[in-house]
This record gives sequence, C-alpha cells and structure tokens, in this order.
Amino acid sequence: MPGPQPVEGTKVTAAPTHPPAPLLKASGGELPDRIFKSAMTLCGLAVLGVLVLIVYELVSGSGLSWHAFGFKFFAASDWDPVNDQFGALPFIFGTLVSSLLALLIAVPLSVGVAVFTTEMCPKALRGPLSLFVELLAAIPSVIYGLWAIFVLVPILSHYIQPPLHKTLGWTGLFEGAPLGYSMLAAGIILAIMIIPVISSITREVLVVVPQHQREAAFALGATRWEMIRMGVLRNARAGIVGAIILGLGRALGETMAVTMIIGNTPQIAKSLFAPGYTMASVLANEFNEATGDVYRSALIEIGLALFIVTIIVNALAQLLVWTVTRGQPARGNV
Amino acid sequence: MTGAAMLTVVLVLAPLVAIFGYLLYRGFVSINWAFLTQTPKPVGEAGGGMANAIVGSAIILGIASLIGVPFGIGAGIYLAEFGRNRLGRVVRFTADVLNGVPSIVIGIVAYSIVVIYQKHFSALAGGVALAIMMVPTITRTTEEMLLLVPQALREAAYGLGVPRWRTTLSITLRTATSGVITGVMLAFARVAGETAPLLFTALGNTYWNLRYDQPMAALPLQIYVYANSPYDDWHRQAWAGALVLILLIVTAVSAVRFAVRRGTFGAA
Repeated sequence: MPGPQPVEGTKVTAAPTHPPAPLLKASGGELPDRIFKSAMTLCGLAVLGVLVLIVYELVSGSGLSWHAFGFKFFAASDWDPVNDQFGALPFIFGTLVSSLLALLIAVPLSVGVAVFTTEMCPKALRGPLSLFVELLAAIPSVIYGLWAIFVLVPILSHYIQPPLHKTLGWTGLFEGAPLGYSMLAAGIILAIMIIPVISSITREVLVVVPQHQREAAFALGATRWEMIRMGVLRNARAGIVGAIILGLGRALGETMAVTMIIGNTPQIAKSLFAPGYTMASVLANEFNEATGDVYRSALIEIGLALFIVTIIVNALAQLLVWTVTRGQPARGNV
Repeated sequence: MTGAAMLTVVLVLAPLVAIFGYLLYRGFVSINWAFLTQTPKPVGEAGGGMANAIVGSAIILGIASLIGVPFGIGAGIYLAEFGRNRLGRVVRFTADVLNGVPSIVIGIVAYSIVVIYQKHFSALAGGVALAIMMVPTITRTTEEMLLLVPQALREAAYGLGVPRWRTTLSITLRTATSGVITGVMLAFARVAGETAPLLFTALGNTYWNLRYDQPMAALPLQIYVYANSPYDDWHRQAWAGALVLILLIVTAVSAVRFAVRRGTFGAA
C-alpha cells in the first residue's frame, strides 16, 4: 500500500500547520521581499531623481542670468564678458547650422548604408558591415576632433575649399578665406559622427517591415529599387524620421570634435567657410574661465537651453521610433 | 541603384578606415615605454608621457563604475521585475531620455553638486559625472536582458519555495549575467572616451595624483589639451594617447560583441 500507514492502535493527530508563506503576492509578503522591492524601487526612483537634479541645478544656476536679461538673452548677438553683456544668438545659430548641415550630409549616406545592409548585402557580409559602422560610433569624440584637426582641416583648406569657392562662390555660401576651421568642417565631422546612429536605427525599422510587403511589391512587377522604395522605405517612414531626429539630437549636443575645428568665433555669418561657435563649444571653452557670477550664470543658461532642446528632440524621436518598432528591444546583429 | 547604395557604404567606411589608419600610423611610432610610464615634461624637454593620465582615467572610471553600476543594475531589476506599471513606464522613458542629454550638461550638473561643495576640482566629481552617464545605459540593457530570461525559470523557482528576492538575484540575474555584463561594458566603453564632463570636474593634472579629492588627469582630457597646443611633440603624444585610448575601447566593444553571441538566452 502506498505511503506510511499508522500503526494499529495509535491515534493520528494532525500536526499544527502554519499558513503557507505568500510567495507570489504582488505587494511582497515577507520582510526580505519587501526590503528587496523597496531597494530596487529606490534605484528606479534614482533615475528619476537624476533628471530632477539636472533640471534643478540648471534652473537655479541660470537664475542670475535670467533675471538680468530675460528673453532678450536668446535674441541678442553680443557676447561681451568684459562688459557683462551676454547674448546667445550666435551660439544658437552655430548649433543649428552645424547640425542641419550634418543631417544634410549624413541622412542620404546612413539610409543608403541601412538599405544596403538589410536588402542588398550578402548575408555573410551583414555582420562585419554592421560591426564596422558601429565601430564608428565607438570612437570617442576627442579622437574625431584630433583627426579632424590634422587631416580633415588641411584637406578642406587645400583641396576642397578653393574649388568650392571657384565654382559655387556666387551663392555666398563659400566665401572668405579658406582657413579650414569653419562651419563646413564642423558639419562634416558631425555627419561622420551621427551616421552610425541614424543607420543602426534605420536598419532596425527596416528589418521590422513584414516580408510580405516586399513580396507583394515584387508580385506587382516592381523592380528592386521600386520594391525598396514602395514596399520597405514607405512602410518604415516614421521610424526613419525618428532615426533622423535622434541623429539630430546627438549632433546638437556634440561638444569636443566641434570645439576643436569650428573656429570658436561668436559670429553669425552666411558663408560656410566662416568660423562659428556652438552652444556646447562655448560651454567647453569658457566655463572654467568664467570670472563673474553673471558670466557663469549666462553659461549655465545656455546649458539649460541646450538641455531642453535635446530633451524635446530626443523624446520626439523615441516616440516616433517606438511607434514603428512597438517597443521591441534593440537587436544588435541584423 | 545597387551601385548608389554601395557608393554610400564606401563613403561611410572611408572615414573609418582613414581615422583608424591614420591613428595607427601616427600613434604607433610614438608609443614607447617612456610614454607609458612618465608624467608630462615641460615643453622642450625630450620624453614625457601620459602615465598619470592612463592611471587617472582608470581611477575616475573605477569611481564612476562603483557609483553607477549598482544603481544601474538595481534600476534595471526594478524595471524588469516590478516595473510593469505607470511608474515603471515613467522611469523607462526617463532613462531613454537621459541617454540623450549632452555630456557637457552633465558636467555642469556634477560641477554644481560636487565641485562647488568641495570648493575644488576632484576625481570624485569626474566619477560622479561619468556615473550619471552610465546609469541610463546600464538600466535599459539590464532590463532587456532580464526580460529575456524565460518566465518558466522564475515560476520553477517559486514552485520550489524560493522567495522572490532570492529568485531574482540567484536565478534570473545569474542567468542573464553575461548580458548584464555586456550592458555594463557598453556603458563603460562609452564613458571611457568622454572628455566634456571631465573638463570642469576632474580638471586634469600634470603630476602624479592618486587621491580622489584632488584634480586628476584623464586620457581624453590630456589628448584634448595636447591636440589644441602649438607644439609638435605634444601633437605626437596626443596621437599616441589616442591610440592607447582607442585600443582600450575597441577591446571592450569587441569583448561585448563576443559575449553577446554566447550570452543571449533563447533570443531569436
């Protein structure tokens, strides 16, 4: 007979049982579970705390400058630390122009690389190709700047700027001495830096396009390029726009490489050959040298403006990319 | 059109090859034993190196990891195990948004909370700045890796009577270990090359310094200063430093790739 049998004549009394310990209660029943959950929640709240801390420090630090200048700070052009006159317009101009120029160069290249990797590339090459493009993202900004100073700028000033001036100088975009240290150089190096960002996210959204879209396009008699344009790119439009905006966000905040080759002159000029100044560059160059409280506060206010702009741009981009990939985690190897 | 696409690939890979090639070409000839073991010498004197910058970078990154990794992994555990609610969504979105904050802005924040209170620049301030940058990356990758662990594993543990905290730490986290380490190393590689947050926190130092509460040299900082200088010898040393820096980072990234291939549990 299965199981232990009571000996004849002995009384079988049920042993007192404790209620079973709650193991899966959502509120975390036992004390160690509660402590664990609280500790982990604290870590999660720390992430929120970091954001709150950043906002608080930036806002309180820029208070002095805000009281002194108000909204005129972002419309004025003179940056005069000696007379305590601060206007951030040249930096906003420089940031916007260099980032937009970078996008102009980077977007066709990144989308091209992404399309090639997902649609046309032999399977064996996909891994190494995506690795190489990601290696571009791993290079630190200061090394980009170092290379730009000693390779890009001389090439620009000797071989690229003179011909550009001769052929397209009438547009007014390519005037002035071909120094090399210019908005053009900053735009080019920024483009190289944001290509991996745009291309890897574009690759992600292209992969998510269902295969039957491609097959349907072929069935309708489309050529390969038409299939890519109609069946793939059109479907992934929102995601590609999101990738581009993410690239823009990265370009807006880029500091070191730009500081080293943009020429660091707070001026608003039409020509791309002219040196400029971006918001991040002025922070890098002048924060340690800020001699007065208003000076430092003006710089922190520029930091606050940069922070707000990049937050908005990145949040928008995350939303766009999320709608296409539906929040699936990133897969590195396509 | 295939030709156009291939052209874009060539144009994108060309700078990569150019940068790495030139880096190897200029940097390789300048790395010698003196470079790796000496502190900077005054301009005009032969020799001198970046030993203090290499060690300083290691110390600052160590401080950053000490602060950032526990918080990052903890937040990742929170998001994966307890974060399927509104608060979790907010934390997740915040982490993604924090990833995009410019590093120089984080430098300003670290300046405001550490340097101003200590009344001097320090390696600790630099470590805090880099830790703030590491946390969002580690959080998101830890969460993703923990979510890849099959629910059946957790349920089996619960069925055996293992309490929740023990399950998460000894079973779930241990299964996802290689993935979590991948995330940590990715964050590490990213902040190892950061210069901007260190500009007004660690400040840099031309002498040996191992104290965490004094300004400390760092490899990216030293490269930046040398690159902007007018001296050929310093330019040469900047290239050598850049090569050392990128060798360290490429090693970390390649190790990450290798670990991911072995470590993703049941992923497609």
